[in-house]
Amino acid sequence: MQDHNKTALGDKIFKGLTAFFAAGIALIFIAMIAALWQQSQPSIKAFGLSFLTSMQWNPVTQKFGALIPVVGTLVSTLIALFFAIPISIGIALFLAELAPQWLRGPFGTAIELLAAIPSIVYGMWGLFVLSPIMANYVQPWLKSWLGFIPLFAGPGMGIGMLTAGLVLTLMIIPFISSVVRDVFLMVPQPLKESAYGLGCTNWEVVRDIMIPYGRKGIAGAVFLGMGRALGETMAVTFVIGNSYHLSWSLFAPGNSIASTLANEFTEADGQLYMSSLVELGLVLFFITFIVLGLAQLWLRSKKV
Amino acid sequence: MIIQRRKLINASVLTISCLAAFGGLFVLIWILADVVLKGAGAINWSFFTQLPTPPGMSGGGLANAIAGTFLMTVTAAVIAVPFGIMAGTYLAEFGDNLLGRVARFLSDILVSAPSIVVGVFVYLIMVKTLGHFSGWAGAVSLAIIMLPVVSRTTEEMLKLVGPEMRESALALGAPYWRMMAGVIFRAAGPGIGTGVMLAVARVAGETAPLLFTALNSPYWMHSMNEPMANLTVVMFNYAMSPYDDWHVQAWGAALLITSAVLIVNIFTRLILGGKRRR
Repeated sequence: MQDHNKTALGDKIFKGLTAFFAAGIALIFIAMIAALWQQSQPSIKAFGLSFLTSMQWNPVTQKFGALIPVVGTLVSTLIALFFAIPISIGIALFLAELAPQWLRGPFGTAIELLAAIPSIVYGMWGLFVLSPIMANYVQPWLKSWLGFIPLFAGPGMGIGMLTAGLVLTLMIIPFISSVVRDVFLMVPQPLKESAYGLGCTNWEVVRDIMIPYGRKGIAGAVFLGMGRALGETMAVTFVIGNSYHLSWSLFAPGNSIASTLANEFTEADGQLYMSSLVELGLVLFFITFIVLGLAQLWLRSKKV
Repeated sequence: MIIQRRKLINASVLTISCLAAFGGLFVLIWILADVVLKGAGAINWSFFTQLPTPPGMSGGGLANAIAGTFLMTVTAAVIAVPFGIMAGTYLAEFGDNLLGRVARFLSDILVSAPSIVVGVFVYLIMVKTLGHFSGWAGAVSLAIIMLPVVSRTTEEMLKLVGPEMRESALALGAPYWRMMAGVIFRAAGPGIGTGVMLAVARVAGETAPLLFTALNSPYWMHSMNEPMANLTVVMFNYAMSPYDDWHVQAWGAALLITSAVLIVNIFTRLILGGKRRR
């Protein structure tokens, strides 16, 4: 009897202890939001909602608005998604359907290793290797062909929105392509075989069977990559150019929320400046929370 | 006619798909080649043993930064691994309730949450309240980034252990916690271990959360209670500086970190791959 009680007590302690740590994760999350919210109060009180719509970011006059970093974050992410979605689906198709069996493992690993390279290495590579190539070859070429579109006007200096977007593309491809590959692999074989039996080509099977079947999973993968791109700091900070100008040109330097924080946080003097930076962080956290939350919902529903 | 068009479209899509895959491989090789070529020149004995030199002076090394990164990463692991394994155990064993679902969802968000925001958070709770940058603050932010990775891996690995083992242990009269400690953790151990290694590798290359927690320092640390040199922030400062000498050292640091991270990744994959085949 006593032995039994001891057992039950041990199990209770075990369960309670693990529950404590699981709750700890949730607490850290809540503490993050609470700390960011509380410390951005001076800025919220001073600027209110105009913080989100103001283009001014001026430590001298103590006027702070998030519009330029927010737009920079969104634009660089959209550029990254524009390139990364088709490329990742191509890679996933190759890994799931086209590559010979012996090549799939090593090739998949190689693509996933791209995700393991630290983001600061991407940043340095973007600054020292990719930017000169952009400035000397890609941007003049784009300008000579598409220069009449405002997006490709202006001087190409290598660093800027487009380069930042391209570095982000490289960084999120492994995330999107490995999830999409797993989604493709989960499409039931009979579905695919029926389509092939009707005479469909590979592409038609992908377009009409695999992509519709894995719709939610693919959307989840894209949002996962998007969440990564939104919050990526080092890779962007090196190449985005750090300038507070809003321009139609993708060649122009800009700023993202993360790069603003990386560059200015340690140098911020004065309560309002610091608090505005914290509020920027809060805005970033909020955006990524929504995007990653949607990604999780879609990726989970795929499994059911 | 239509068949030809369909075949043509198909062939071009397949070609593009192959190009995309080989393009990815090409970029991986390109980046690694650049890191090796530009970084190899910086790697020598003094790189590992000397302190950084002031700008303009050649020579010197990053010994303090290497030690700092190592120390903070290990401290982060000491904090995050037990925490994460306990939390992951709850998620796997008792997690089919509200707390479990919430913790799982938030873990998944935290895994991909912007690491710079973690840096801001730790700045607010530790650096600002204590009044100075410190190695501890750096280690705590790395731990926060590691934690969700460890807990989710633990959960997945525990769930891979089949019900037969649980039932056999319970049938022998073992209490639940004895079954977990003596049987299930042993079975899931290698998997959890590789997950922990991957998490450590990931935070070893993190920069953003250290920028305003550990900061940087050109000196040897005396304790973790002061600003602490670390490889990634040094890389950031050096690469952004105008000195060629510093650029070379930044590439050297990139080579060191990248090779360490990739070796851990390839090694753990080989272990996991070998397991799966058996």
